[in-house]
Amino acid sequence: MTFPRKVVREQPTQRGLMGSEKQAILDAEGLQALLTALKARGYRVIGPTLSDQAVIYDDIETLDELPRGWRDEQDGGHYRLVESGEDRFFDFVVGPQSWKKFLHPPQQTLWRARREGEAVTVTPEPAEPERFAFIGVRSCEIHAIAIQDRVLIEGPHADPHYRARRQDNFIVAVNCARAAGTCFCASMNTGPKAESGFDLALTEIDGPEGPLFVAESASAAGEDLLGELPRRPATPEEVAAGTAAVAATARSMGREMPAEDLRDLLLRNLEHPRWEEVAERCLTCANCTMVCPTCFCTSVEDASDLTGQETSRSRRWDSCFTLDYSYIHGGSVRSSTQSRYRQWMTHKLATWHDQFDSSGCVGCGRCITWCPVGIDITEEVRAIRDSERDPVSES
Amino acid sequence: MAAPETAPLDPMAPLVARVTRRHHDAPEVFTLELEPEDPGALAPFAPGQFNMLTVFGVGEVPISFSGDPVDQNRLVHTIRAVGPVSGALTELEPGAAVGLRGPFGVGWPMAEAEGKDVVVVAGGLGLAPLRPALYRLFAERERYGKIVLLYGTRSPDDILFRRELEAWRGRLDAEVEVTVDHAMAAWHGNVGVVTTLIPRCSFDPAQTVALVCGPEVMMRFAIAALMDAGVAADDIYLSMERNMKCAVGFCGHCQFGPVFVCRDGPVFPYARLRGLLALKEL
Amino acid sequence: MEGLERIVKEHVFFADLTDDFCKLVCGCAKNVRFEAGDYLFREGDPADQLYVIREGRVAMELSAPGHGSMTFQTVGEGEIVGISWLIPPYRWTYDAKALERIRAISIDATCIRRKCEDDHDLGYELMKRFVPVIIERLHATRLQMLDVYGTKS
Repeated sequence: MTFPRKVVREQPTQRGLMGSEKQAILDAEGLQALLTALKARGYRVIGPTLSDQAVIYDDIETLDELPRGWRDEQDGGHYRLVESGEDRFFDFVVGPQSWKKFLHPPQQTLWRARREGEAVTVTPEPAEPERFAFIGVRSCEIHAIAIQDRVLIEGPHADPHYRARRQDNFIVAVNCARAAGTCFCASMNTGPKAESGFDLALTEIDGPEGPLFVAESASAAGEDLLGELPRRPATPEEVAAGTAAVAATARSMGREMPAEDLRDLLLRNLEHPRWEEVAERCLTCANCTMVCPTCFCTSVEDASDLTGQETSRSRRWDSCFTLDYSYIHGGSVRSSTQSRYRQWMTHKLATWHDQFDSSGCVGCGRCITWCPVGIDITEEVRAIRDSERDPVSES
Repeated sequence: MAAPETAPLDPMAPLVARVTRRHHDAPEVFTLELEPEDPGALAPFAPGQFNMLTVFGVGEVPISFSGDPVDQNRLVHTIRAVGPVSGALTELEPGAAVGLRGPFGVGWPMAEAEGKDVVVVAGGLGLAPLRPALYRLFAERERYGKIVLLYGTRSPDDILFRRELEAWRGRLDAEVEVTVDHAMAAWHGNVGVVTTLIPRCSFDPAQTVALVCGPEVMMRFAIAALMDAGVAADDIYLSMERNMKCAVGFCGHCQFGPVFVCRDGPVFPYARLRGLLALKEL
Repeated sequence: MEGLERIVKEHVFFADLTDDFCKLVCGCAKNVRFEAGDYLFREGDPADQLYVIREGRVAMELSAPGHGSMTFQTVGEGEIVGISWLIPPYRWTYDAKALERIRAISIDATCIRRKCEDDHDLGYELMKRFVPVIIERLHATRLQMLDVYGTKS
């Protein structure tokens, strides 16, 4: 670390924070201390790293692994990392992966069965007792995690694997100081400022000698940990700088979801010609569902050894864009592209409300960025919305 | 809320059951009787619910209960061999091990039907999920008004559960009609589409609960005929079929508009699905 | 004659027919009986009668070499056997066989066609009763064609 020490140290014996000190300032060293402290507490620390020319969430130990000085360019079907020329840690937004990679992994063994003579024993795959600390979780992603919680653990049945992976998470949010070209969280009311669902939230601001973080705790664990870190109280100017940065992000969203009752709009337009139109562009590649932080669908596969003594079942991510997804004997219910696109979009924006009392979209924009043909969910909604408007009455 | 001390039941892990009997009902259709190795581990099933059955190393499919709900220790499932898993299931011999999860789903509205006329319209294999309801209706005959059973299938060879149908048809307190789509001249029963039988039956449409199960096209026509006869959309119940992988609402496959067929169904009042059934590829 | 009028008026197919129309229909009608196994008519015969079933069931059959006789529809009490009499060339396109003892009202097709031609009001009234039968059979045929109970291969 080359940063000069500017931060006033607390006495090591002093634990916790005073109420007036809810917002503290960490410098880079404080951030490193956060990573170290989490690891010391037994967390598996995951954060953004640079890999394959993208921001990828992976195990991290030091600040050097963060994509410091990089920012992303995102647009429909377009993602590039460029050097920003600025000494900032979190100037990129969200990449192709989301935290569901860890909480709801792409592949999960469910059980193994063993046959010995006539006897068959089924052993459920033990849920992994991993404790994750996620560094740099954006507000949209916190909402996405809450949405997957509702699907996988808050319903009548709970997925033991998701529950185990979700237990005791330590979430370090980062309030976005920049919006990507495909971001639209502001219009989904899911960001850019993290309001809850985290332990610590950081807002990166420019200090006189490098990046600083306005840190705020929202849980006992967060407060406890923050109390251990080298820090100083935030000045009103620093707090204001952080607030202004996030407000500027909200104003510079690359996309905007129309402010309609999307559920009603889509459900009364299930036979709109736009579905056919978008189907001409959609490749049913399923990218949008793989990158979506709320898409939860899975399929199962059974495997057997050659003797048939050991068998197992695993689940893997599935997508409503595949033909197999809706297969019932004799054929697929949704054989056309338009029916599959309609299923995805109406589920995300409309029927999700019926099922889980919220939208299934958090406005992260990944589906737009990672669509090979740049289909834009906000544009598709707008097209349907505009078709209902009487052009004469528009002023 | 404190975390439970013991590990909660994994909804995806099957119990082991044994095939105790296998019966060939019709071309490609078999009935398996299963006995769980640990009978205490299963909740009682209700008519219209289903189990997920696993052939180890092959896969898992949803299969409705088709047995008598009075006999909760005998899990009866009627299966048509249409794919690799159902095909493998129908080839299992007594003694074979089967994985079993369940019971799942919302079944037939047996309580709501009490005191009312009950019209049961079944098509093809759709008689299987209705059989537990029929056992219940006849076992508790005094609780219901008129009972009408209309069963349509492809040909006389495809008729399921002949023994029960003949017994119910022989009753003086039920109207039971069987019809086939086509038959050789030796068949002296009805030929024609099952829905055409609806206007010919006597029931009080204002005081009727209708239970419908069969291919979706047949159900759409049956609903139309029932509504023409004056039965309200709220009183018509149908059992839906969609791809199911998990049976607990995690996998997403069985979505039909806003509902998860596995969890919110498979039995739904038609009023809830009205407007969705006519949409193509929903 | 009075007895026949009562039978016609009480038959569900002719429900709410006016007395005048009823008299016109009865002028062409008579009571008939068939025993089980009898043929009401056979494919290719002139369609010179139509039957309104009062009791028993009739099977409509088609035969094909190598396939034998196949029943594609049965009709019973309250229903109609035969609609081919309505349109030229007035020829039956299937066999109609009594499955049980049949009691029916037989209506002379030539007679009723002439009366409908003379009195279009009667013609329209009867059309309103026959067209739904045609439509229903068309729907049924569609469903049978779909073979909804079959497994797709």
